[in-house]
Amino acid sequence: MKAFHEALLDPALQAPEGLHDGRGGAAGKRFDVYRNNVMQSLTDVMRAGFPVVRKLIGAANFDIVAGAFIRAHPPTQPIMQRYGGGFDGFLAEVPQLASLGYLGDVARLEQALRLSYHAADTEPLGASALASMSPEQVARTRLIFAPTVHLIASVWPLYDIWRYNSEDGAPKPQPVAQHVLITRAGFDPAPHPLSPAQSAWIAALMAGTTLDGAQDAASAVEPDCDIAAPMALLFAQNALTALKGTA
Amino acid sequence: MMLDARQTPPALPNTPGVGFKPAHFQGLTSDPGPVGWIEVHAENYMADGGRQIAQLRALSEQFAVSVHGVGLSIGGAQALDTDHLARLKHLCDWVKPASFSEHLAWSTHGAEFMNDLLPLPYTGATLTHVAAHINQVQDTLGRRMLLENPSSYLAFDDSTLSETDFLAELVSRTGCGLLLDVNNVFISATNLGSGARDYIDAYPLSAVGEVHVGGHAEDADEHGAPLLIDSHGAPVADAVWTLLGDVLARTGPLPTLVEWDNDVPDWPTLRAEAARAADALALV
Repeated sequence: MKAFHEALLDPALQAPEGLHDGRGGAAGKRFDVYRNNVMQSLTDVMRAGFPVVRKLIGAANFDIVAGAFIRAHPPTQPIMQRYGGGFDGFLAEVPQLASLGYLGDVARLEQALRLSYHAADTEPLGASALASMSPEQVARTRLIFAPTVHLIASVWPLYDIWRYNSEDGAPKPQPVAQHVLITRAGFDPAPHPLSPAQSAWIAALMAGTTLDGAQDAASAVEPDCDIAAPMALLFAQNALTALKGTA
Repeated sequence: MMLDARQTPPALPNTPGVGFKPAHFQGLTSDPGPVGWIEVHAENYMADGGRQIAQLRALSEQFAVSVHGVGLSIGGAQALDTDHLARLKHLCDWVKPASFSEHLAWSTHGAEFMNDLLPLPYTGATLTHVAAHINQVQDTLGRRMLLENPSSYLAFDDSTLSETDFLAELVSRTGCGLLLDVNNVFISATNLGSGARDYIDAYPLSAVGEVHVGGHAEDADEHGAPLLIDSHGAPVADAVWTLLGDVLARTGPLPTLVEWDNDVPDWPTLRAEAARAADALALV
């Protein structure tokens, strides 16, 4: 099975010895059915997982790049929902795609959308949770995020690029850095654009920093950063599951 | 060790079933037609949560469920992936399916998973390790499993046993049941120049707990010999319906699944295929 396995992903190798066609002849090109099945099924997984990357570089180019990724990084477990991790870094190393600097970030965004789609269901924290606290208590509170939440940092207009290639009639991307927060209020993950300062605030909270500390992190990026809007977003999108106070 | 009698959940009904596709959730639940049970690929339901898990939970309240693994690599020489086996156990523990089945095939070699059902030679040595794997699965899941015959595009010079003898011996050694894929029988017989009815004659029909039918694609090898591809992307061929009728005439009614996994049609089209399976079942 070693020779069989090795020849599956390497079209330069001869089909393995010891196979026949049931009619007294060698198996010949019949082995290619398995080669085609393997590449086709894994390419289908990649197409389903990265539709915006595919749109950005074109279907034919995507199949070539996805094929190279599959050969270099075949799956190491049988759950195809999880396959495709590392495609962002792989894209960044393809010289012909160097002019599309944002491609890796788009791949990270699409991979995070898939992970969010299949992540655990949790009970959301209601917006009233902070209401009964004193300002001092709020400042010392940490937020626990749902496993559906992901934050993607980018120097590109990442949200606009994703949206322009996902929705008919979406506005053209503007030259501004957009980080993206992914939430899943019900069953469908949704991306939301964030400013770098808002993203720094959420990143600090996701890392377990108190609200006070997160405010400092945001202010370090943009002194007058508005955190009321991203705070409302977290509650509205069921992004939080619990609070953790400190003594 | 041979599987002993254990508590078994209700069996699949002897009605048509369909391979469940999320696109059919509304149609299937509101207008199932003759469909009495569904089959899901185990590996698509190993997530922590989300829509697909919620759909399976809802479906399991309306239909009997068959969990059908496509990634365990039972036919491989190397040890089974115990992490994956634990995930299967978790899935079977909460779904409580009427049936669990897997394939006489391998898909993992070393650390790499090929996402396809790959063939093995039928020898005394492979018989020993496949039987050990089936025992391990049945012991872990605490239930009898069904093993599905593959669709073949080639055969191994090393094989010393026929596929039907190989399957019969596995049934005898492990107490497992069989999932008879009639489309696969037709494909393999056509591709290897043997007879589909001869295969059925030699096959241990008394062990069958479920049958599959599905669509295939027609191709040819470089010598012009017919080469059918197990595409699951088309209606069931007339010759396969005929072969199903022959099988059911001998076995009596069985849970009969229509598989359509690629170029998935709308629900009424798949429901019509299930109705053809109902017609075949009504004749026996």
